[in-house]
Amino acid sequence: MEFVDSVAAWLLDPAHWAGPDGIPTRIGEHLLLSVGPLLAAVVVALPLGLYIGHTGRGAFLAVNLSNIGRALPSLGILGIFLPITAGLGLGFGVPPTVIALFALAIPPIVTNTFTGIREVDPELIEAGRGMGMRERELLAKVELPLAMPIVLAGLRTSAVQVVATATLGAVLGTGGLGRYIIDGIKQQDDPRLFVGAVIVALLAIATELAFAALQRAAVSPGIRASGRSAPALAVDARPPI
Amino acid sequence: MPDEPLIRFDWIVDNIGEIGRRLGEHLVMTVIAVLVGFVISFALALLIRRYHALAGPVLGVSGVLYTVPSLALFALVLPFTGLSLLSAEIALVSYTVLILVRNLLTGLDSVPPDVTEAAVGMGFTPSQRLWRIELPIALPVIVAGLRIATVTTIGLVTVTSLIGQGGLGYLIVTIGINQFFPTPIYVGAILSVALAIGADIGLLRVQHALTPWARARASSG
Repeated sequence: MEFVDSVAAWLLDPAHWAGPDGIPTRIGEHLLLSVGPLLAAVVVALPLGLYIGHTGRGAFLAVNLSNIGRALPSLGILGIFLPITAGLGLGFGVPPTVIALFALAIPPIVTNTFTGIREVDPELIEAGRGMGMRERELLAKVELPLAMPIVLAGLRTSAVQVVATATLGAVLGTGGLGRYIIDGIKQQDDPRLFVGAVIVALLAIATELAFAALQRAAVSPGIRASGRSAPALAVDARPPI
Repeated sequence: MPDEPLIRFDWIVDNIGEIGRRLGEHLVMTVIAVLVGFVISFALALLIRRYHALAGPVLGVSGVLYTVPSLALFALVLPFTGLSLLSAEIALVSYTVLILVRNLLTGLDSVPPDVTEAAVGMGFTPSQRLWRIELPIALPVIVAGLRIATVTTIGLVTVTSLIGQGGLGYLIVTIGINQFFPTPIYVGAILSVALAIGADIGLLRVQHALTPWARARASSG
């Protein structure tokens, strides 16, 4: 009970709700840290996945990318970029974190886009060709809408992964919610690290739910009517590290 | 750090003992998490098969826990069990259970109903059926789950260095990142990947050894 009281006291302290180390600031930093790398990864990975899925070229790369992504520990990826950005004079905290988050977000999007496009019934593509569609139209009007649930499942995996790993940025000295956990451990401040952990967990779950809702909303009405409305699971779902 | 080469081989040679020790710690923490997680998952999967009402809650809770970032999960147990191996293993085991319960259930459900019926007809008791029919048939799916759980755990163990544990994360964080020293970062990351790939291949070998019939079928067909 003593611990519950100390957590409540920490939460009720107005000092923890304002200023550079306040909860709103830390949540804002966390989201800022996550959004850029995720968007950049979509810009790079989506066309790559579409190209590989449509042409079949580089399928080996798409499959192995996710396997390598799984074996590489996120903390290792963060660490790997630190000496590089420091060596290039780019700095220590945010630059290596943002690059690592970008790198982490790519494999699920590429692999899922590729898989989604590959799994489109070849007869539908033939039908599209028969109707006189050009390659680009086929991709935009037939393949992508049908693959959309799996493509968005990949995006969801990436988003949750980025939000989760942004927490580890605090190890390199960034802001964000990881600060509460890392500083809490250093200062042996249990309420601080506990509250930080709860907010991070809620933020990750909220991200998961938001992208699941997006997945439902963005599926073409025709596919939804055919009963495939449950959000597809990502091809390489793994816990965010 | 800017003047520091990315990898200093003399440091690796001088600290080969420490590197080996950290690799050993990493392996031990992984094996504990996967073994304990497997035993718990096995019991849970059998319970769910007997009481189907449990399936919804167990899989629902595990689905939510799956999205909780590892550092957050470690931090959530810290106030209760401190900076200890126990804290690390509680979080690690939770993740392995999430992966393994689903796979065990999928594997056991993949047994064709007529095979089960044939076993019943031959007078197999439920436990004989489980050990001699269902588990052998489910083995490839179960090992697939074990491979994912093991590779994931090897990655997660690096994070335990943040709650005072050893392992390869000690090289990456404690003497690498915290002291701006690139060599141990790269040594730790590379060894972690090598360990993950080695464990993956090793488990696949075990699966092939345990299911000789699958190989026979593959080569004859």
